[in-house]
Amino acid sequence: MLTFIAQRVALSFLVLIGVVFVVFAVARILPGDPCVAALQERANPETCADFNARFGLDEPLPVQFGIFVSDLIHGDLGESIRYGRPISEMLIERMPVTIELTLLAMLWATTVGITLGVISATRRNSATDVGTMIGANIGVSTPVFVLGLLLIYLFAIVLKDTPFALPPGGRLTSGLVIVPLATSWGLEDLAGIPRVVIDFISNMYLVNSLITGQWEIFGDAFVHLLLPALALGTIPLALIARMTRSSLLEVLGLDYIRTARAKGLANRAVVMRHGLRNAILPVVTVVGLSLGALLSGAVLTETVFGLTGLGKTITDAILGRDYPVIQALTLITAMIYLVINLLVDISYAFLDPRIRVQ
Amino acid sequence: MTLSEESAQAPSVVVEDLPDSVEVATEEGRRMAAQLHDKQPHAKRLLEVRNLTTQFFTREGVVHAVDEVSFDLDYGETLGLVGESGCGKSVTALSLVRLVPSPPGRIVSGQIIFDGVDILKLSNAEMRLMRGKKIGFIFQDPMTSLNPTLPIGFQISESAKLHLNLSRRAADDRAVELLSKVGIPRARDRMKDYPHQFSGGMRQRVMIAIALACDPMLLLADEPTTALDVTIQAQILDLIRSLSEEFGTAVILITHDLGIAAGMCHRVNVMYAGRIAETGLVDDVFEHARHPYSWGLMDSLPRLTDARSARLRTIEGLPPDLLDPGPECRFSPRCHYVTDRCRTAEPELSSREGEGHLARCFGTEPGGWIA
Ligand SMILES: Nc1ncnc2c1ncn2[C@@H]1O[C@H](COP(=O)(O)OP(=O)(O)OP(=O)(O)O)[C@@H](O)[C@H]1O
Ligand code: SF4
Ligand SMILES: [Mg+2]
Repeated sequence: MLTFIAQRVALSFLVLIGVVFVVFAVARILPGDPCVAALQERANPETCADFNARFGLDEPLPVQFGIFVSDLIHGDLGESIRYGRPISEMLIERMPVTIELTLLAMLWATTVGITLGVISATRRNSATDVGTMIGANIGVSTPVFVLGLLLIYLFAIVLKDTPFALPPGGRLTSGLVIVPLATSWGLEDLAGIPRVVIDFISNMYLVNSLITGQWEIFGDAFVHLLLPALALGTIPLALIARMTRSSLLEVLGLDYIRTARAKGLANRAVVMRHGLRNAILPVVTVVGLSLGALLSGAVLTETVFGLTGLGKTITDAILGRDYPVIQALTLITAMIYLVINLLVDISYAFLDPRIRVQ
Repeated sequence: MTLSEESAQAPSVVVEDLPDSVEVATEEGRRMAAQLHDKQPHAKRLLEVRNLTTQFFTREGVVHAVDEVSFDLDYGETLGLVGESGCGKSVTALSLVRLVPSPPGRIVSGQIIFDGVDILKLSNAEMRLMRGKKIGFIFQDPMTSLNPTLPIGFQISESAKLHLNLSRRAADDRAVELLSKVGIPRARDRMKDYPHQFSGGMRQRVMIAIALACDPMLLLADEPTTALDVTIQAQILDLIRSLSEEFGTAVILITHDLGIAAGMCHRVNVMYAGRIAETGLVDDVFEHARHPYSWGLMDSLPRLTDARSARLRTIEGLPPDLLDPGPECRFSPRCHYVTDRCRTAEPELSSREGEGHLARCFGTEPGGWIA
């Protein structure tokens, strides 16, 4: 098992190097002068010479690649043309929302989706089954922003002034301020990578408030995430429920399930111990893919709920031709998928012993 | 012989926890439950099957898979079920443990008395106490009948934990013992291995260990060697025979292979189209068969080659349609001896020479036209 994991990690690392190379190459191969693209009408031979010197574009390509890689290793993703700020700084600010939102959405999508899938498969053609599958089909085909607006309408307008009211957007009720970890822990002088990590975690409000015991903030941040997570998790939930159902139904028809029943096991043990463990593999894939999709930017959800996360960053960057940002986000997205694939592979090996030996 | 001793001492599961006043258990239910614990015979015969009828309700119509089948089995006896593919052997065995896939299958009528217990009247929970504990099952394909994601040690000890109330450790010890009994070398080291780490023959040995984990009174072996190659077949059959003798387990052995049935069984049921065509002691059925279908089976057995590898697929004509059996003898479309009488009525099983020797054929009845 350990060798398997080591192999996969090594492989992912190789792929990562490939990705870095491709991202670098694509940025140089793309037609158009980066200087013109960046400076627009201000571009002339003089400003461009300055520009190229500043960004190292006057160096030979291999040297440029070396600089690119060494910058990456030092956490330097370049600078946003549009905002004139280091991209890493923007990411520290914006990625944590996306991560929290995604994890919450996937938490509910996975638990509820698998449960519904199992119930549907074991009570095939029952009211629960039919209801779940109709719901799942509607869920898959409802655009997130429609669902988001409906939820806002219901929880923030119709149920306003009731205990069920939920905030329609933002991260915290205005007036509330979360204390950064660096301040709480008196580490304001910290710099470099540790500082980046701490600031990153600081901006995951749930985590920050949890470890520092800022309960009011925790509750408020959680409540603010509920509606977007609900909206964002619906499509994955429907996909997971459908996949669980079909995969479990298939497994429950297999010979070894009959063996399990012939042992006198109760239905529950047959389904959970012998069925679900084998049926869960394709579900893990769906969870992984959804996780990747949500992490690399839930554009519509963020827009509807007024959150500034990766999704908004990406749209802004594309609309504003902010090439360095696009390049950095491409890298980040690729890394997210690499890590998730790695986790999916490892959980496959964990769940299915036949995969471990290969 | 520690296996049966252990199970005889196994703590009781149900009855003793029930106060007498509790209404849930009927008198019969209580008696049934009491019997689930020990291996003493409670009836004259281990198994009495009467008019068992199992059907599949499919889109195309009702499949009469098992039709009014009756037979008996003594304690410790080995019975063969032989017949062409699709004649209802597996469905018969599955009916005995109420594992007919449902939907579309259902036991429509009949009676199954196992060790004095009316199987078809048990609640689902009571039935689960029978499966695995009193009746073990070995399936045809050892490659697919074991769970690929659980260690075989777990799969063997699972039913011992469940039915014998053994602790994890005791159940593991028992699994190790069973594994070495079924001839798996270095049993303790292999407990944590997964099915894919075993060959087909070894997996079938594991299956046998699972089936015998609680020292059942009856072992249902549905073509246990069909998927294995010939040399392994003989080893597995020897193993089933020696273990069933050692533990006094009765066996119902389903097979395509007459040579196997002749070598392993006390009695055989020859099945055709969901019905028993002929039944009797092995010698009577093999030496003095009284049904044209049985003769057909014997003819299809190549005399000069290894009898063990003979398959019953070479009788002329198509197997019958189980969707809509008419009023005629079911074998009549393929029978060389058919007369008009056979086309208007179906013969009953009736006695022939030999103990419990019955055949379903007008032609071989006393005064019939077949000598
Ligand atoms: N799940 C099912 N749905 C519909 N019909 C079924 C089902 N299972 C079995 N049958 C029918 O029941 C009949 C008896 O099947 P069974 O499996 O008992 O045959 P068998 O004698 O065991 O044959 P084989 O030697 O091929 O295993 C067959 O005609 C089959 O088509
Ligand atoms: S009853 Fe007639 S058709 Fe049927 S087996 Fe006997 S001789 Fe053949
Ligand atoms: Mg069969």
